[in-house]
Amino acid sequence: MDLDALLRCVGTTSCVVTQLTSGMIIGMLLFLIASGVTLIFGVLNVINFAHGSLYMIGAYAAWTFYQLTGSYFVSALGAAVAVGVLGVLFERVLMSKVYGSNVLMQLLVCYAVVLISDDLIKIIWGPVPLSMGMPPEFRLPPVRFMGGVIPPFYIFMILAAMAIGLLLWLVIGRTRFGSIVRAAAINGPMVSALGIRVNLYYAAVFGIGSALAGAAGALAAPVRSLTPGMGFSILIESFIVTVIGGMGSIVGAFAASIIIGLTRSFGSIGFPLFVDGVMFLIMALVLIFKPSGLFGRAHR
Amino acid sequence: MTSIEQRRASRRQLLKGAGAIAAAGLVGAPAISRAQTGAIKIGVPTILSGRVAILGQSSVGALKMSFDKVNAEGGINGRKIEMVVRDSKGAPQEAAKVTRDLINNDGCQIIIDAEASSAAFAVQEVIREVGVLCIHTNSETSSLTADPKLYVPTAFRTARQGIHDAIGGGDYAAKVAKAKGLKKWATCSPDYAYGRSNTAEFMEYAKHFDGNITVVEETWPKLFQPDYTEVVTKLLNAKADAMYSALWGGDLVAFIDQANLYALFEKQASFMVNLGDYGVVDQVKQFPQGVYSGGRYNRTVPPTPENEAWYLEYVKTQKSKPTNWSWENAVGAQFLIEALKKTNGDTNGKKLAEAIKGAKIKTPFGDGGTITMRAEDNTTINYIIGYGLSLSKEPYISDFKTSPWEPILELEKQWKKKQGYAT
Repeated sequence: MDLDALLRCVGTTSCVVTQLTSGMIIGMLLFLIASGVTLIFGVLNVINFAHGSLYMIGAYAAWTFYQLTGSYFVSALGAAVAVGVLGVLFERVLMSKVYGSNVLMQLLVCYAVVLISDDLIKIIWGPVPLSMGMPPEFRLPPVRFMGGVIPPFYIFMILAAMAIGLLLWLVIGRTRFGSIVRAAAINGPMVSALGIRVNLYYAAVFGIGSALAGAAGALAAPVRSLTPGMGFSILIESFIVTVIGGMGSIVGAFAASIIIGLTRSFGSIGFPLFVDGVMFLIMALVLIFKPSGLFGRAHR
Repeated sequence: MTSIEQRRASRRQLLKGAGAIAAAGLVGAPAISRAQTGAIKIGVPTILSGRVAILGQSSVGALKMSFDKVNAEGGINGRKIEMVVRDSKGAPQEAAKVTRDLINNDGCQIIIDAEASSAAFAVQEVIREVGVLCIHTNSETSSLTADPKLYVPTAFRTARQGIHDAIGGGDYAAKVAKAKGLKKWATCSPDYAYGRSNTAEFMEYAKHFDGNITVVEETWPKLFQPDYTEVVTKLLNAKADAMYSALWGGDLVAFIDQANLYALFEKQASFMVNLGDYGVVDQVKQFPQGVYSGGRYNRTVPPTPENEAWYLEYVKTQKSKPTNWSWENAVGAQFLIEALKKTNGDTNGKKLAEAIKGAKIKTPFGDGGTITMRAEDNTTINYIIGYGLSLSKEPYISDFKTSPWEPILELEKQWKKKQGYAT
């Protein structure tokens, strides 16, 4: 523990600005992944344990599109769409068969997908880590703000994640599509009885959730090493976020992502050896005092 | 049952038992003789997946190149050398399991442990039990061979040793620090045995040679951590004059990519012991210029025709560039081949250990062209140690200064006493 260092940091504008943005960067990437997990759980009532693999595929897809097109924006968009389509296939071929099944069966199916996708990545792209490198448009000196340092790519990353989150919130909360999805989440058979093909909506939700993971992978690709299995560690953190925010709540995922991001950025100064411990501690406290999560409904 | 029947039964059991022992002997004897006449099987646990897979592959590449050459010349006493390579993923439990499997199931008579320190200690304990010859080719953590409590008579190391690098690097860093007034230092190294011990040793000797140096910040990212954002910002906030890092492989690549975003290398002098390795150089898209880089493997260090020839042969046969782990494995293979020649292909662990202990080999990677396997602690000395300045293009390192071995060995003796490893 180095609480003196933490207090010194909190008392310095430059340190606060740098650590706040650092926390937002970590949090926003987590938010994109966790919002997919929570969306799929909220509507389909299944926990997609293979979500980290979709993030990994998104990163590799972005890398490939970048090699082909040389445009990072096209690559990021292409990766999100490709992973979204893959998600729909995953849902139709595998996950739809285990809706309503024991959670262990769902876990088994997802784990199989994780192993298969890791091996496929090795076969297609090889076991050696890949690096996309920073696209030329972002190879700029970091921005100075109130003494703090913020890289331009991270500003883009935060804004892109926020924009995607806002769009998701509008689609689910303000459109007819969203109304049907919310209705199907509460009572699927009733929506089906009204003549709406609920299965299509389920597939679409799974596709959107997957596309969010793909977008997160594409945003991470310029700054992280691409390796088979890279989705595992981020999946654990995204589950922590989902539990803290409340299963099924996108607003909750947003809030919890920021909490975890800030815990990691300021924790690395104040309690560097116990950052993971604090994240799990926060999750445990939420589970004890508000088991449905900060913004979650009681589980149906 | 009468007592006679009981006796008969017991006699029958005795005969059965004797028959079984004889059968086992008949089956077992050819197995042993096969072990000394068939191919010499060498088990290689290493990391072939994840962030540092490239280093595991480059280890296997160097071993293959060495053994292919021996096999092309007819093998050892007519026996070919066969490698059995397994992926341990760098995990201690997996490495121990894989090593046992290689010996018990695959019939390997020798182990070349091409593991990082995270798993090498687990392999060492397996070797203690089974007694086969083992050469640790990649683990640099000093205690593996320096700590007498960990000593295993049939285990050797051909990797660099952290304390040697630390003394040579500390001396170099202190000279730069004095010249440029670098007093406040920060560190950023992976949070496991190698990272902790390497960093502590480097800073200890940097302070030993320049008393004005103080460490103002330490960061310990986890091994294979994907995101270094909070580590980089912590280093920025420390406002240190210089930074030392023992990050390596894919971790170092990810760290550099993320640190570049914050222009970290422009804000402070950086010393990175593992930077100048082709595995890193080829992966980093914006390779930082002017960073003080430790000698790992470079075709120009030492600038000899032998080193250049070895590099070209490696590139030609393995279709990739060698790494620090490549030369360490090439040296391990050479010690093993020389020992097998001395024992006429006998793979008995004790006999091979006797042949390797104190041996000296001619090699392109030695200071003065030779490397010695020091008998007192089964570790190599006289390999090239030093630091230079990174360049963003070939040869990627300039102004390389080789550290002399005499002061390293003298200070190592004192260090061993201080650690309680020697009296």
